[in-house]
Amino acid sequence: MAQYLLSVMEPTGGTPDPDLLRQVMADVEALDRTMRDEGVWVFAGGLHQPDTATVLRAQDGRVVVTDGPFAEGKEHLGGFTIIDVDDLDAALEWGKRLAVATTLPIEVRPFRG
Amino acid sequence: MTPHEQPDRQSDGPSGWPAGGSSAGSSGRSSAGSSAGSSGDRPTSAERQVAAVFRAEHGRAVAVLTRSFGDLSVAEEAVQEAFVVALRRWPTDGVPASPAGWIITTARHRAVDHLRREASREDRHAQAALLHARDEPPEVGPVQDDRLRLVFTCCHPALAQPAQVALTLRLLGGLTTPEIARAFLVPEATMAQRIVRAKAKIRDARIPYRVPRDEDLPDRLTGVLAVVYLVFTAGHTAATGDDLVREDLCAEAIRLGRLLVELMPDEPEALGLLALMLLVNSRRAARVDEHGLVLLADQDRARWDADEIAEGEALVRRCLRRGRPGPYQVQAAIQAVHSSATSPDRTDWRQVVALYDQLRVLAPSPVVDLNRAVAVAELEGPAAGLALVDDLPLAGFHVFHAVRADLLRRLDRPAEAADEYDAAIAGTDNAAERAFLTQRRDGLRRT
Repeated sequence: MAQYLLSVMEPTGGTPDPDLLRQVMADVEALDRTMRDEGVWVFAGGLHQPDTATVLRAQDGRVVVTDGPFAEGKEHLGGFTIIDVDDLDAALEWGKRLAVATTLPIEVRPFRG
Repeated sequence: MTPHEQPDRQSDGPSGWPAGGSSAGSSGRSSAGSSAGSSGDRPTSAERQVAAVFRAEHGRAVAVLTRSFGDLSVAEEAVQEAFVVALRRWPTDGVPASPAGWIITTARHRAVDHLRREASREDRHAQAALLHARDEPPEVGPVQDDRLRLVFTCCHPALAQPAQVALTLRLLGGLTTPEIARAFLVPEATMAQRIVRAKAKIRDARIPYRVPRDEDLPDRLTGVLAVVYLVFTAGHTAATGDDLVREDLCAEAIRLGRLLVELMPDEPEALGLLALMLLVNSRRAARVDEHGLVLLADQDRARWDADEIAEGEALVRRCLRRGRPGPYQVQAAIQAVHSSATSPDRTDWRQVVALYDQLRVLAPSPVVDLNRAVAVAELEGPAAGLALVDDLPLAGFHVFHAVRADLLRRLDRPAEAADEYDAAIAGTDNAAERAFLTQRRDGLRRT
């Protein structure tokens, strides 16, 4: 078995249509339940907007604190799911279902180990 | 300085024989460059046999060992080592009765030795591969050729298409990295990097080594066929007579096409692709003369390869009988219509148009519409063809402008035709095509 990170790439700025958002939330929740039932779910979570982020950098023996995200971009990490499956084909299969549920691009990346 | 062609010794495969055993360069091996350590001036018959076995059996050997060890890189390195051993032993011991079996057995032993050493150094990866090898299950049920698994791994959709092409030629075709780099006009370091990255992704992301499930097979097969056809077209468009390495790509693509047919005899599109490649390739000798490219209508049909045509036409009949038409089959059928015409004016254009109509349904694209318009022009005249071409969204595509130029020329509108030839010339980097188009344009101005 191997673990994969499924990242949800969210567009920065603007708020989605409330009806669409409600549908997405329901679909993602249903998929999350399916993943648990099938025993592939390891962890999942949605994140607050990037402007809630704080960045820490170790410099010259002290740590500098900066308000805001590490990098501003057109897209940001909106949430993620970690799954444990046999191989990339299985990971891509779950990733496709997550892309459909979230209506957003999903990046699939293997964990080391 | 030697006038002779130097053998290629930069191969990343087992060195010591001219890479790409099928190329003409191997006969031009010179004695001038041989060093004291070299085994001799010209390849011995055993060396030539190693080279031939390498090209023919590399894919099978890598495929079998990948299943044994569950790791593509372990398999490839072991196969390389086995060929190096063969090169040392076969000239003195003689070529074994089953060269491929010898290579696979030797490679297996090498891999196990190698992995044991690594595993004893707490290398988890090696331990896993060794464990995999010990647990190797006996083959049960219908024996599926390991090469088919390798095909689908090399052409996995999680790999970019240039990487799919490179891996397929490297692992299945047994071409060296420098050969692939030259064929695709890419610096050798870039190609090496592309292959290393692709193999690392297969390992790290765990791209599985297996034939896709039935429901995924049509999609995945489309990707595999596209890779082989891309290899073919890369060779075909470059086939100007002065670029042997790239011409070899056509032969390599046909070889891969035959392999796909052998591995998937029930897939009509695999048959269709092979038929298409054979029929297009059959015109190779007639396609270029001392002045450059020759249009289909002007080709000396006596110079077409009758064997390739016969085989291609038989394949077209065989796949059409299945009643599951696809884009490659229909394109092959169109080529077969041309092949069966003893002269250009005997071409059954009605049949060609009907086949393009079918192709437009199966694989709609403006390029198909363009080709169909050319056939309509033959059937109903250039004005009818031009009317179909006018609105196609293909501005900048050199073939689009060349077709328009020719139709305008036939409609006696030379000024507009010249502009279209200029646009066509601006749209292609291919020297032979530019020369051809320039010639047509200049011919226009004289009349």
